[in-house]
Amino acid sequence: MTQPLWVATRKGLFRLDAGDHWRPAAPAFLGDPVSMVLDDARDGAVYAALNLGHFGSKLHRSDDRGATWTEVGVPSYAGLPATTRPPSPDGAPAAAEPPTLKMIWALEAGGTDQPGRLWAGTLPGGLFRSDDRGATWSIAQTLWDQPARAKWFGGGYDWPGIHSVVVDPRDSRRVLAGVSCGGAWASDDDGATWTCRATGMRADYLPPELALDPEIQDPHRIVACGADPDALWTQHHCGIFRTRDGGRQWEPVPAARPSGFGFAVAVHPRDPDTAWFAPAVKDEKRVPVDARLVVSRTRDGGQTFDVLDRGLPAPAWDLVYRHALDVDASGDVLALGTTSGGLWISQDGGDSWSTVSTHLPPIYAVRFGRQD
Amino acid sequence: MPRIAFTPHLQRFLDVPPVTVTGATVREALDDVFAANPRLRGYVLDDHGRVRQHVTVYVGDAPLADRVTLADAVAPDTEIFVLQALSGGAGPSRQGEDR
Repeated sequence: MTQPLWVATRKGLFRLDAGDHWRPAAPAFLGDPVSMVLDDARDGAVYAALNLGHFGSKLHRSDDRGATWTEVGVPSYAGLPATTRPPSPDGAPAAAEPPTLKMIWALEAGGTDQPGRLWAGTLPGGLFRSDDRGATWSIAQTLWDQPARAKWFGGGYDWPGIHSVVVDPRDSRRVLAGVSCGGAWASDDDGATWTCRATGMRADYLPPELALDPEIQDPHRIVACGADPDALWTQHHCGIFRTRDGGRQWEPVPAARPSGFGFAVAVHPRDPDTAWFAPAVKDEKRVPVDARLVVSRTRDGGQTFDVLDRGLPAPAWDLVYRHALDVDASGDVLALGTTSGGLWISQDGGDSWSTVSTHLPPIYAVRFGRQD
Repeated sequence: MPRIAFTPHLQRFLDVPPVTVTGATVREALDDVFAANPRLRGYVLDDHGRVRQHVTVYVGDAPLADRVTLADAVAPDTEIFVLQALSGGAGPSRQGEDR
């Protein structure tokens, strides 16, 4: 048995295997930005989303664990009119252009009872589903048509984007999408209707009277505990929040250290009180606190945090993107990838880390895959 | 008949040899190519059928005037060139996280 780790980078998709001491093999799509990867545990298909500089977003699927790839379809905004969104607070102009696919930012498999179902979160804010393993896609129209979407705005990008899609393993009709910047949206009926579930998140980048508006929060990443899917964590722009009721109420986690800012979060697959984060200096600097790359971990639901740095570099100015921290199905093995092309593995829940490489291309996402 | 040539850069992704086509406009000429090579459409045009922001099209020695409906006229001896723009080559920015 060998467990692959997929590493999506600015210059291709790398596959690493524990049985091969996590040594990076030559990448697929050498030279091309890979914005997201999905290893579908249901059928072993692997999906790679490319974001070609000139020729747009593409999606490829491998049916032989990454040996060969076939281009499949991509989400399309064809037929959707320009939306009359007001100018965004960050100065982006009012949307006069019809929407176009800018990037595939999230890829998730549907439930085991939904063979072929995939979900894709995109910039500029559309959630798409496929029921034929990526060949064709349709937009979640009722989410796109939410009046509140007019309030969404880009979180650094010029467009809002869906970066997190959580499918409830108990009931695959339950789906939650995280939006920067548009809160979190949940459906209990396979995408027919949607409700905003970001109450309790707080945004200090807004005027005080808007700070608690759930529809314009900036959760950087949202993850759920596999064994307790109502237990979710988010690394928000303004701190860490958690929920124990599927997002109906989020609670702040002020004990985070060395800082509450960051992008990435991973939650233990069986223990909803254990989660890992990659803290950084907020907000304009976005570098490790005190130039020490660390991972922070809570094992008591956010009451206290361990700052884990054994094997991680200092001084260092690496940044960890929102999809670049992952934990495997055992809950013991973690991967951490950075914009500086550094990749570290921990085999002991984050207590210590070993260097895989400090010379990879900038890393967008790390994901443990299905055991072969 | 008009002829279309594609940037070698596209050859990394698709088999796109120069071809002779039928059509009185750039739109019709390209549609003729896409009929035989459907995947090519998404590399050249965006979701709404407009020329992608970072793709450049020349009709003879003139840049395509109508990048939205591609209505520029094509004569039987016209050569059309589909090229990558010099913008966009750096790939997408990840400014959403790393600014």
